[in-house]
Amino acid sequence: MIDEELVQLLSPEGERVSNPDYQSTLSGDEIFGLYRDMAIIRRLCNESTSLQRQGQLALWAPIQGQEAAQIGAGRAMAPTDFSFPTYREHGIAWCRGIPPENMLRLFRAVSNGGWDPQKYRHSVPTIVLGNQALHAVGYAMGIQRDGAEEAAITFFGDGASSQGDTLEAFVWAASFNAPIVFFCQNNQWGISTPSSLQSKVPLYRRAEGFGFPGVRVDGNDVLAVYEVSKRALENARVGGGPTLIEAYTYRMGAHTTSDDPTRYRIDAEVEVWKHRDPVERVKALLAREYDIKSTAFDEVAAEADEMALQLREDVLAMSRPDPITMFDNAYATEHPLIDEGRREMIELGISPGGH
Amino acid sequence: MATTTMTMAKALNEGLRRALEKDKKVLLMGEDIGKLGGVFRITDGLQKDFGEDRVIDAPLAESAIVGTAVGLAIRGYRTVCEMQFDGFVYPAFDQIVSQVAKLRKRSDGAYTMGLVIRLPFQGGIGAIEHHSESPEAYFAHTGGLRVVSCSTPNDAYWMIQQAIEHDDPIIFCEPKSRYWEKGEVDIDQAPNGLFDAVVRREGTDITVIGYGSTVKTILRAADTALTEGVSIEVIDARSLSPLDLEPMVRSVEKTGRFVTVHEAPHMASIGSEIVAELTQRCFYSLRAPGIRVSGYHVPYPPTRIEEDYRPTVDRVLDAVDRVMGFES
Repeated sequence: MIDEELVQLLSPEGERVSNPDYQSTLSGDEIFGLYRDMAIIRRLCNESTSLQRQGQLALWAPIQGQEAAQIGAGRAMAPTDFSFPTYREHGIAWCRGIPPENMLRLFRAVSNGGWDPQKYRHSVPTIVLGNQALHAVGYAMGIQRDGAEEAAITFFGDGASSQGDTLEAFVWAASFNAPIVFFCQNNQWGISTPSSLQSKVPLYRRAEGFGFPGVRVDGNDVLAVYEVSKRALENARVGGGPTLIEAYTYRMGAHTTSDDPTRYRIDAEVEVWKHRDPVERVKALLAREYDIKSTAFDEVAAEADEMALQLREDVLAMSRPDPITMFDNAYATEHPLIDEGRREMIELGISPGGH
Repeated sequence: MATTTMTMAKALNEGLRRALEKDKKVLLMGEDIGKLGGVFRITDGLQKDFGEDRVIDAPLAESAIVGTAVGLAIRGYRTVCEMQFDGFVYPAFDQIVSQVAKLRKRSDGAYTMGLVIRLPFQGGIGAIEHHSESPEAYFAHTGGLRVVSCSTPNDAYWMIQQAIEHDDPIIFCEPKSRYWEKGEVDIDQAPNGLFDAVVRREGTDITVIGYGSTVKTILRAADTALTEGVSIEVIDARSLSPLDLEPMVRSVEKTGRFVTVHEAPHMASIGSEIVAELTQRCFYSLRAPGIRVSGYHVPYPPTRIEEDYRPTVDRVLDAVDRVMGFES
């Protein structure tokens, strides 16, 4: 990946790369922790794809190829920071401590969310592209008003970079110097739309026009993503304002399980990115530099297998909700049409009688 | 009872002031609402008294005004968003329908979308295009939202405060043609709940239901009708979603006849909903079908001819005559 603009601390071969602006601060144990995160989330993601193929999920949005981008950013966050994700941020959700089965509630079609966003300080998935960027900026404006040393971070892709809401969020963040990090995972494809159609300049460079810094980082290099994210978040927390991070990565799989990427992209491209795999390069580093033995990697694999099995069990146990729950939390307060709907459902015997 | 006379614009201003005083989590955000006090001066003087952090002059992007208010709500703030005009709310439509309306549900109740979207609506001020529309039905159709409208200074003063305190998101429709009309405001006690329809004048022969600007039009029509021996009961719907049907049902069970009046076109409108509900609920009391007086199914016309689009006293009276003359 020959690109002078790209912040990279670890080559695809797993060799350290020096960078004038950033250096890795992580210990061997910490790097192994990131490896473990990535290996587990990849395994859980693959299990989820299988569950969808077996008819147990309505849909799945795989993250394969983007593990470093998500784990690097997710682990750079402080517990008090708040993140605003799309529907593909399983790695971030993992870092926020959200149980994997909660991530699958949306895809099992038993919930439109899946977890308590206030508890985990990780918002519910946003499916309409770009909407969440404005929520993050508004949240950041709240942080400012509270005088808190916290940051908001929002995740989106190259596709959402064309949305008005994303660009309005850039304007707002700059105008109010909001404590926010815009984390764009440029995975090169918005379903079949190539990132070249979204932007004629590298995405990170857009930030300059809005009045804040932009950084392009190798999104498949977890060490670089971690350091770049950490610095941007710290800068936001102390009043330094917004940063746009473009994590340059690749969506190895389909957009979702409903997609067929063979119709619009060539195998050769996928092959190139296979050699830039985010998990393998960390594994190579750990083996060479820290003398981590294969048994340690095997243990992680076994742990991931066990979690995948548990996830499968949890998903299969998620049954169809009582239809009357559709009325819960539609409103905060009493509403006549909610009462009417509930009543009708009970009268028609659709629901056993509420709860 | 301490009452004072003021315009609806001033009543809204005073209501917002009181809300800002009562709860430091209340913020105002909109275009030109600071130094200028808003194009209608509803927020006049508030930035001076409460500061730029609480009365926020927004860059000109409506989706962002609403979208950032969502984030502020997640953080525990209550933002009153001002849309400068009805016709400029559509850039924010996506945020309102996809996020504001749905986030409480999506978060299983973890998020409270306590925000108010103020919408100067309806016509009658001789403006250029996009400044005179009645988009209330778009929002009334969406589960998760509530829509209300004030028609008097007293309601304006109280309803804006009630809306800000309420935990559901509220589209707050202000009849801009009535901003400068004066009325008595009771600053001690709210006249009604936020979602109550009220009888503005009692009558015996026919019920006429409106909201916002048309309430006054209906009251004028009632004056004229009385000289012709027809007694109109006038109802101000106030809450457009949900509708407070009980007072309407009571009235129509008494009169057996009704008309609805609003500026919005009648296709899939608040009037259509009222007609459907009252026909269903009052079927055996009805002596004639309900009729809707409304704007026409066209883009809002150039305002030199807007008074032929908006319901007038004459059009209300014509509808009353048709219903009164109906022979079954």
